[in-house]
Amino acid sequence: MSVLVVGASAAGLTTVEALRRKGYREPITVLGAEWHPPYDRPPLSKQFLCGDWDEARTRLRPDTMLSALDAEFVLGDSAVSLDADRKLVQTAAGRSLTADAVVIATGLTPRSLPGPDLQGVHVLRTLDDAAALRKDLVESERLVVVGDGVLGAEVAATARRLGLAVTLAGPQATPLEAQLGPTVGGLLSELHRAQGVDLRLGAAVTGLRAVDGRVSGVQLADGDVLPADVVVVALGAAPATEWLEGSGLRLDNGVVCDANCRAADGIYAAGDVARWQHDDSLVRLENRTNATEQAICVAGNILGDHQPYRPIPYFWTDQFAVKIQVHGRPSADAEVTVAEGNVADGRFIAHYHRDGRLVAVLGWNLPKQTRVHREHLVRA
Amino acid sequence: MKIIVDQDKCVASGQCVTAAADVFDQRDEDGIVVLLTDNPPEDLAADVHQAAAVCPALAIVVED
Repeated sequence: MSVLVVGASAAGLTTVEALRRKGYREPITVLGAEWHPPYDRPPLSKQFLCGDWDEARTRLRPDTMLSALDAEFVLGDSAVSLDADRKLVQTAAGRSLTADAVVIATGLTPRSLPGPDLQGVHVLRTLDDAAALRKDLVESERLVVVGDGVLGAEVAATARRLGLAVTLAGPQATPLEAQLGPTVGGLLSELHRAQGVDLRLGAAVTGLRAVDGRVSGVQLADGDVLPADVVVVALGAAPATEWLEGSGLRLDNGVVCDANCRAADGIYAAGDVARWQHDDSLVRLENRTNATEQAICVAGNILGDHQPYRPIPYFWTDQFAVKIQVHGRPSADAEVTVAEGNVADGRFIAHYHRDGRLVAVLGWNLPKQTRVHREHLVRA
Repeated sequence: MKIIVDQDKCVASGQCVTAAADVFDQRDEDGIVVLLTDNPPEDLAADVHQAAAVCPALAIVVED
């Protein structure tokens, strides 16, 4: 038996590590679109962007550990098509790769704003994106972040640390409101304002202004223009499935999989790109922990475990001196109550209830206790 | 078995404690990983490897 993993980021690498740990000794090939060996993404908007970590520190594993996996890493080449019946992947460089099992872990492609390419406009997904953004930030004075989700809020916080004047613009009434609701979103608004971020929330961005091919501002629907030397577009991302058009797999906001993360016979998906059957609905999660946990499940299922993937989702975000940790599946319409600590002290745990049932716990600067509260979710 | 933790990389998720509470703990103030023993008994090996695998920062290395 042989395994081909398409994607060399957290989900791809974890699949390989889990296969080896479970005793699989046969050939593994890993195809990565970037030249970089596997690196971690959460630090890109934080430790790497602010300059605390260099590129080497973002590596997921050192060379010695990668070599010990005895897998062939094919880097700097991307998949352009899959024939699901033959389990045949063609690459941009003209390679034809086949295996008995194929794992799709190609992640996400960030959304951009329509219009011509302008200097000073960035998205943040890859290490190269982050390096280019950092270079621009340290030479600039005014940043506008377009997008008020996790990534946008983290970039805004990091840029403030770097001393830039920062405006955070987005369609929601408060940052992260769609994920965490208005109560926590309101606290995030207060946090960012207290740290000097100019919030332009509830604002529709209609376009960019430019001078000589370089961005000069962000145009809002109400007519205002936010002046900018640098703009970060953080409007979310789409599953990287274009290469799978015509593969025979079902694509619908990701690679659609059964409960065991299997997209077709011998074909699996893991990480941001995978949308799998979880209870009554199809679920796709974009977070770092899911990449690992889903990849471990997939590795087991390749080896015959027949295990459904049933995680308690977990994500975290660090903004200024605040660490927010979320277990479960919160939603904007859930009822939020403080279960430990208090908001005024800046250290608390909130419970999210929907239809009378506990669906998520959120910790605000209380990491150890947040893990303890996760147990309530396990029981619920 | 020898365990090495990188407290600078640690993101305080506590996943390691959930996997192997006899080996890992978190600091009270910031949740950063604390190693209770760097050479645990062999019967905890599976739990320790699981902890290293699920760490979302890959901040735990286990040397057999």
